[in-house]
Amino acid sequence: MDIQTLSYLFVGATFALYIGIAIWSRAGSTNDFYVAGGGVPAVANGMATAADWMSAASFISMAGIISFLGYDGSVYLMGWTGGYVLLALCLAPYLRKFGKFTVPDFIGDRYYSQTARVIAVICAIFVSFTYVAGQMRGVGVVFSRFLEVGVNTGVVIGMIIVFFYAVLGGMKGITYTQVAQYCVMIFAYIVPAIFISLLMTGNIIPQLGFGGSVADGTSLLAKLDGLSTELGFAQYTEGSKPMIDIFAITCALMVGTAGLPHVIVRFFTVPKVSDARRSAGWALVFIAILYTTAPAVAAFARVNMINTINGEDAQGTLYENAPSWISNWETTGLISWEDKNNDGRMFYAADERNEMSIDRDIMVLANPEIAELPNWVVALVAAGGMAAALSTAAGLLLVISTSISHDLLKRNLMPDITDKQELMYARLAAAVAVVVAGYLGINPPGFVAQVVAFAFGLAASSFFPAIILGIFHKKMNKEGALSGMVVGITFTAAYIIYFKFINPGANVSDNWLFGISPEGIGTVGMILNFVVAFVVHKVTGDAPDEVQDVVESIRFPKGSGAASAH
Amino acid sequence: MSFESKEHAVQYWRENVRLLLTLLVIWFVVSFGAGILLVDVLNEIKFFGFKLGFWFAQQGAIYAFIVLIFVYVKKMNTLDRKYNVQED
Repeated sequence: MDIQTLSYLFVGATFALYIGIAIWSRAGSTNDFYVAGGGVPAVANGMATAADWMSAASFISMAGIISFLGYDGSVYLMGWTGGYVLLALCLAPYLRKFGKFTVPDFIGDRYYSQTARVIAVICAIFVSFTYVAGQMRGVGVVFSRFLEVGVNTGVVIGMIIVFFYAVLGGMKGITYTQVAQYCVMIFAYIVPAIFISLLMTGNIIPQLGFGGSVADGTSLLAKLDGLSTELGFAQYTEGSKPMIDIFAITCALMVGTAGLPHVIVRFFTVPKVSDARRSAGWALVFIAILYTTAPAVAAFARVNMINTINGEDAQGTLYENAPSWISNWETTGLISWEDKNNDGRMFYAADERNEMSIDRDIMVLANPEIAELPNWVVALVAAGGMAAALSTAAGLLLVISTSISHDLLKRNLMPDITDKQELMYARLAAAVAVVVAGYLGINPPGFVAQVVAFAFGLAASSFFPAIILGIFHKKMNKEGALSGMVVGITFTAAYIIYFKFINPGANVSDNWLFGISPEGIGTVGMILNFVVAFVVHKVTGDAPDEVQDVVESIRFPKGSGAASAH
Repeated sequence: MSFESKEHAVQYWRENVRLLLTLLVIWFVVSFGAGILLVDVLNEIKFFGFKLGFWFAQQGAIYAFIVLIFVYVKKMNTLDRKYNVQED
């Protein structure tokens, strides 16, 4: 069977599975809708969290980025996993004991302030929409390459599927669908990685093959370093970014991960505080399976790609002999060749010899084709990419709908609505959010890729310090926390907006504060937030006694009930 | 108050914070330390075909993170039982 038929088969079968699960686990109450009835086992929750967390960017783009950046790509690997340690140790158990539905709930109640609640709602909605637009786009890309329908039709089909199970099932439907999506996604990622590792290094485990030797006996990484130097790139294992920037970006991503509302809310869905701790551990195990494979895939893909294009003898491959994946991807515009020296041969390098323009995003999707793996593996990757995009989109849509129906309506504007009405508003909000997300996917604002830095920086410089202080500094008052959040966000947002939108030409390391790029500036924003909070707290006095008592009571597990609205 | 006494509550929290800080120091050392600050020094050492600093940055730190969380889970469950504040 050809790739297209197989892709239809795989993607169709997985879609049917997701919808089946959604019908089986539909939500009957707000408790089901927001936190899956609070009864999800720790391992299943860990799997769902992993699927929620690993987006189209993790599945499709990350290995590609690492493949092009080498050592510098480590910021994503450490940054997007290290945050789970912070989550498990410093946030998840306490927030679970606190027993509310959402992050704005915690901020609003802990700092006894509706203003704080509203600020938190706005941040949560902004961060989530930023993300969700990217996911819808990911769905569109997979559709257009593998199923050969337009990107827009692809986005609409994706919208209908997500609409169905997110609106019907809420958190309960999403959680169990995500468990299935995790399995599809990880299988689709690991199978080609194992094939390629075996082909290139003879080692069945990609994480070990990564350090192994290729056919001619040299180590894979040494060969890659050699190739990179020869072609004018920085050494693969050394990288080229300054250390302080690597440090700041890693820190911003870690802290940002721990401050993202759609990740935090997962820990409200488990039955007990001890489960919240354990569940973060399981989530990281499931994430690590993909995240430790990704750098191996990146290195294999890099060697493969350079050898295919430049030829084993590094003289360039004749264009008419080019493998079919090059022409397949040329039609999507993501790879192109310009014969500068008119020798009819392709050549890839960092200097003037270069004739190729290759989009980083194709590395994972094209990898099975580059390594000449069977068609069903290629189709599997399509289903996996789809699972990654849909699972994250659904989780984000839920945060948006909860923020509106619960934090904004129930807790703020219309406190008298019944549980049934609130559930109806939640579904309505989810439906509207799906449509808006779809629109953003079809007409992506040019800055989607740019605002990812924004989302992490914002979460790092606003939510994270406010939550940490809320738990570990019981005397911290609303004046301190609020001014910290406002200063942190404003500083971070201003820095990013200046370098990314107002004056992109100045976005070079000479102009950066301490040499820290906009991607890493959330770290400085976070430190500012902490400092301002401490100083303001010093001059405004302690939080009221009853709030301090609440903080005392979330510091130990005993007596945690189900998450509740009251 | 679920603790037997005020002192127990204070001691429980102190032990909890000490455990947190110990684990966070290790967290910092394996990622920011070995993977970033000391990467050039560690890269002189070979480890299963990898330069060691590079390995920490792209593999080792992640494995260490997992171990850290499960150590935390185990130690906290013990601590909860010691002060009798575990869930039923």
